[in-house]
Amino acid sequence: MSDAATGEISQEGMESLVDDFSSDRQAYHVPWGKAMMWIFLVSDTFIFSCFLVGYLHARVTTTQPWPPQSEIFALSFGGDPIPLILIAIMTFVLITSSGTMAMAVNYGYRGDKVKTFWLICVTAVFGATFVGMQMFEWSKLIAEGVRPWTNPFGATQFGSVFFMVTGFHGLHVTGGVIYLIWVALRVRRGHYDNKGFEIVEIVGLYWHFVDLVWVFIFAFFYLL
Amino acid sequence: MATAEGEQHPLGIYYKIWGLLFVLSAFSYAVDYFEVQGAMRWALVLFFMVMKAGFITAFFMHVVWERMALVLTILGPPVVLLLLIGLMAVEGAYIEETRFNYRGHDRNAVALGPDDLHHDETHHGEENAH
Repeated sequence: MSDAATGEISQEGMESLVDDFSSDRQAYHVPWGKAMMWIFLVSDTFIFSCFLVGYLHARVTTTQPWPPQSEIFALSFGGDPIPLILIAIMTFVLITSSGTMAMAVNYGYRGDKVKTFWLICVTAVFGATFVGMQMFEWSKLIAEGVRPWTNPFGATQFGSVFFMVTGFHGLHVTGGVIYLIWVALRVRRGHYDNKGFEIVEIVGLYWHFVDLVWVFIFAFFYLL
Repeated sequence: MATAEGEQHPLGIYYKIWGLLFVLSAFSYAVDYFEVQGAMRWALVLFFMVMKAGFITAFFMHVVWERMALVLTILGPPVVLLLLIGLMAVEGAYIEETRFNYRGHDRNAVALGPDDLHHDETHHGEENAH
């Protein structure tokens, strides 16, 4: 390692590598937790992209017709089935939760602990609502005979893509709800009074990312 | 740390973005509801998708207010995904063609909807699981 006093840097081996990349300089002028969350989110982007590209490949290569999503995800409230209505409601629920999260971050930086706590709680409730509706969707499709390896509507791959992509996203939402509740409780307990409220922005980044992924799933899996 | 004052923005901007996201989502749902098909469907759905993703990333995730080093770290790497998407689309189309041409798959197969299956009331999904 470099000698901080003399500013000397090593010339060879692992130490030279570390010195060249650190050089006692900070690349990202944000709290380290926020930088780490961003790096995690970039890697998570690649995971979801692999799923969606895998879906693209499965859908392009299959010679069986792709099931009509608009009819399969239709829901009837007494009258005629309304196409894709549950998915649309889920989209609005998630966007609403993103809005309350953005406001929680804002009030966090103002130091308004009460508003921050309640706004994070509202966000978590919307998140849990989303997961509940997704469970309803899964049960409905499972009852209709959709399985990861088969389905009665057309291309076999439809089942595997549906459970894989929405399942992994639902898992992210569930994890997010737990993370939100944890942060909300610590905010109320005054855990961040001296540390600062960056944590609210960090959990917010994660939450907005989950909403962002849904934007792509909604477009590619449900609409196209 | 620059954060304390750096991330403080008036609430008005969040309300505006929030409203915009609602409107854009309603528009993408309308594309399906009014059964717009073909190239127009693709164009509209992708346009609304990119707008929504952009607004969420830029304002809700504060990327417009970040320094260039962090912005490029976030937005740079995912660009290579365009190459993966392009390669898989070309390769997938080729595999589909070989299945039609050499494996005898039916080019004119038609998809079924739930309505086609529910005429028989004795049908239960569990029977299909094996």
